Amino acid sequence: MVKIKIVICIKQVPGTTDIRINPETNTLIREGVETVINPFDTYAIEEGIRIKERLLADPEAKEEVEVIAMTMGPHQSESILREAISLGADRAVLLSDRAFAGADTWATALTLHGAIKKIDDCRLVILGKQTLDGDTGQVGPELAQMMHIPFIGYASSIIDINRSRITVKRLMEDRYETFEVRLPAAISVGKDINVPRVPSLRGKLKAKNEQIPVWDKNELGLQDSKIGLSGSYTQVIKIFTPKHQYEVKMLTGTADEQAGEIYSKLVELNILQ
Amino acid sequence: MHYFLTEEQQMIVDICRQIVEERIKPVRAEMDEKGIFPAEIIKEIGQSDLFRLFIPEKYGGMGTGIFEVCLATEELSRGDLSVATTYAASGLGFIPILVMGNEQQKMKYLPDLASGTKLAAFGLTESEAGSDASSLRTRAVKDGDSYIINGTKQWITNGGEADIYTVFAATSPERGARGISAFIVEKGAKGFEFGKKENKLGIRASATRELVFTDCSVPKENLLGSEGMGFITAMRTFDQSRPAVGAQAVGVAQAALEEAVEYSKIRHQFGQPISAFQGVQHMLADMATQVEAARALVYHAAKVIDSGEKNISKLSAMSKLYASDVAMKVTTDAVQILGGYGYMKEYPVEKMMRDAKITQIYEGTNQIQRNIIALELIKRGAGW
Amino acid sequence: MEIKVNQDTCTGCALCKNVCMYDAIEIADKKAIMNENCIFCGACIDICKYGSIEITGLEESHKDFSQYSGVMVFIEQHENRTADVSYELLSEGRKLADKLKTELSGVIIGSNISEESKKSVFRYGADKLYIADDEVFCHNLDDIFSKALVQVIHRYKPDIFLAGATSFGRSLVPKVAAIIKTGLTADCTALSIDEEKKILLQTRPTFGGNILATIITRNARPQMATVRPHVMEKAENYSDEGYKDKLENVILDTENFKSKYKLLGTEKESGQSINLTDYDVVVSGGRGMGGPENFALLKELADLFGGVVGASRAAVDSDWISYPHQVGQTGKTVNPKIYIACGISGAIQHLAGMQTSDIIIAVNKDPDAPIFKVANYGIVGDVFEVVPKLIKIIKTGKNIT
Repeated sequence: MVKIKIVICIKQVPGTTDIRINPETNTLIREGVETVINPFDTYAIEEGIRIKERLLADPEAKEEVEVIAMTMGPHQSESILREAISLGADRAVLLSDRAFAGADTWATALTLHGAIKKIDDCRLVILGKQTLDGDTGQVGPELAQMMHIPFIGYASSIIDINRSRITVKRLMEDRYETFEVRLPAAISVGKDINVPRVPSLRGKLKAKNEQIPVWDKNELGLQDSKIGLSGSYTQVIKIFTPKHQYEVKMLTGTADEQAGEIYSKLVELNILQ
Repeated sequence: MHYFLTEEQQMIVDICRQIVEERIKPVRAEMDEKGIFPAEIIKEIGQSDLFRLFIPEKYGGMGTGIFEVCLATEELSRGDLSVATTYAASGLGFIPILVMGNEQQKMKYLPDLASGTKLAAFGLTESEAGSDASSLRTRAVKDGDSYIINGTKQWITNGGEADIYTVFAATSPERGARGISAFIVEKGAKGFEFGKKENKLGIRASATRELVFTDCSVPKENLLGSEGMGFITAMRTFDQSRPAVGAQAVGVAQAALEEAVEYSKIRHQFGQPISAFQGVQHMLADMATQVEAARALVYHAAKVIDSGEKNISKLSAMSKLYASDVAMKVTTDAVQILGGYGYMKEYPVEKMMRDAKITQIYEGTNQIQRNIIALELIKRGAGW
Repeated sequence: MEIKVNQDTCTGCALCKNVCMYDAIEIADKKAIMNENCIFCGACIDICKYGSIEITGLEESHKDFSQYSGVMVFIEQHENRTADVSYELLSEGRKLADKLKTELSGVIIGSNISEESKKSVFRYGADKLYIADDEVFCHNLDDIFSKALVQVIHRYKPDIFLAGATSFGRSLVPKVAAIIKTGLTADCTALSIDEEKKILLQTRPTFGGNILATIITRNARPQMATVRPHVMEKAENYSDEGYKDKLENVILDTENFKSKYKLLGTEKESGQSINLTDYDVVVSGGRGMGGPENFALLKELADLFGGVVGASRAAVDSDWISYPHQVGQTGKTVNPKIYIACGISGAIQHLAGMQTSDIIIAVNKDPDAPIFKVANYGIVGDVFEVVPKLIKIIKTGKNIT
């Protein structure tokens, strides 16, 4: 039975809202920062499942459709794969190896590509448009380039999908563009594409019991020099917290006085004609 | 708080909580104001497998028990009682099929109800037959291979929205309670129409309508059990469903308690948060204790039912009676604690108070519950 | 390759553990221990007072990059008009080229490119402009454009390549980097040259702006970076006289320039086609506005300047105003002349979208609101008192009743 495989690439990230800055040392305090699934990835998983439902709803559909969630990360990232299964992904795979650590977007894309090759015959790759920690949005197009498939980023809706083509509407700065491409293809999605469903009880139970395979560099046939920090073309050489550039001038007095001062400033700056 | 839930039970609560926080809370005020039926939310509740909790695995359910149904109902009620009522009332509508239905009926109707694709409703009450249910006047007359139903049902929850209705009609009116039969009637059947949607004090997003039967023909295969078994079917159904009404009451009381506690911490008068005043503290303490006691009684009743115990009427009635009285008291107290703000629609507690009232009325008024409890005591004694 | 803790100098003070975003450090027996979650970001190395942590085993290749020189900027076009960000990058590129004492060039790809587009780059400091003008480039399609850029880069070997992090840029440039097999740093907020090593230091925010990271490109050229619009300043400081001598038409091998993308249509954003970045004044509302109806007040104020209403994510998520108005990490980045933040606490994710505004005025009830750290003028007060008064004063000043 021919299977249409949809791969969702997701990432576990620290929950940023828990970060505070130590006012004395001006460094970040990390206090029990929870790890969460990258927020945009939830939308990617939901879209993957919706696409599966649309493909299966076609009366002429003969193929099975499989939604596979994948992540590259340390062992604790397994929890987001289970979350993906509770939302309806059919299975998941964890790419984990000490040698993958420190990867920039290139090395990450390379590793994901290795896994997608192993899965074989992947028809569609879906990613969240950027991650909360790196937020470059680069892995999608780099991965697509390695796979020699088209990439459509910032998809805001899937106008049409069948076993051989996808039509995607994407949001640019001030307009929408609608593209049709042949599958296989890759897309990234933002929050306007759907509203992710609540996990189902059967999904949660399945997620709890699911055996998730772990693929290391040997499983993927990747050499040390090509992966992780060694395989990266960029390297972080410094991390620091932003310093504030100017002192704020607090305006005191009654609301009338405060508004008055603002008005004077605006006049001074010639903003009001 | 630890209620010794299994992992699966905790998953049920987590799913409901997510629905409450992400789907229900943002829209509950508007749904109440405009009386909008929560169709999207019910659809999502279905997709999350929550309707499967009532139903055995064989028919697409998850083979869980009334306790799990209560957990889900309580948490959904914490969000909005209209949503929880819609959910629980569907259960009420199809429990008769579980209790009295034959294999064909179960196979035909339960899978769609389990998946949430269809909703059910329970059609017993009439304008002249409320607490005195057995005096109902809707008639079902046998005619060859069908029954012809005539009559009007009143105040039916999910009326108009449900696809599957359990309707109680008199096949032998001269026999009183023993002459009532239960039928499954599907929406769209010829001669089956709906009256207008009622404009209610509370649970305003829940759909409440009349069911009007005018020579409505129903195949004999849709009779549940045999003729005359209707009343027993209804009573057995209530025995199972009453803890869920108790759970609704616990949920709305819990929600009101949470609002009251939070408010008391941020509202400052006389230079202090009002939570510093002993008067308020004592009110909150009483409210919280009552909610906990109601919860314990509801959970206990549900677990006893799930253990297979036959004589459950008294405990079931107690759980509904006590929890609903607590809900009315706690929600009213919450409005009192929020004071002027509590009276305003901008804050959620006035709605909770209006919603809570129904729990003392439907599925057997609390006066009827007291009758049931007393008669059980007299029949079986007070020992345990 | 691994991360090592010097057991002799480590005191188990846990400064490193507190700064690790990835839960990769544990303290046991008064020593720091690194676990498998480490991603080698180096935050712990920076903060360790004792210099006890280092990354070892990273092979440095000593490739010869001497053939690469010059700073090249991708000149992005929309409907035959050059995007502002390209001018911003030329201005920034000029500074980098001056530091390195090399040439600044632009590369423009399109169909029937206007003379003004060619001319204008020189006013922002370009020394040269490479032009690929062909019918095949009539739409911005990243597969064709990436093939073209790859050819240009292989031919002219720039040391540094800059492009705008626009919607188009963010799919185009990674593809170019992947084909060439070089490093790319996205959304840089600062670019500079390491005087000693003569390499590009690329600084960008991560974690929604909570942390800044400085990144270098190792083992590959060109060093590629993208920059978001309105982050760098454009400076039209040069003359375009004699520009025609500085143009070079590039003949590309367009044989396999057939796009896989079939463009079916474009449409303007229906409803409000708001582009926040077009306005000099943005009046933004956050959670403190309390509800959708109160945004009318902000609109009234904004209209007095010919400005626009913006919003924090909290307001958009609550459905008080639509997404095109959202300012912040997951919304728009703006840097208007005046940004007035009303009832906005100033979460890092919001600041990331507006902190480069020229003047920031903040009104908030909470004196500890983080927005006051980036504001020029702060008012601790009630938006519903201050804003109406401001509107009144402005109207009186303008003699409007």
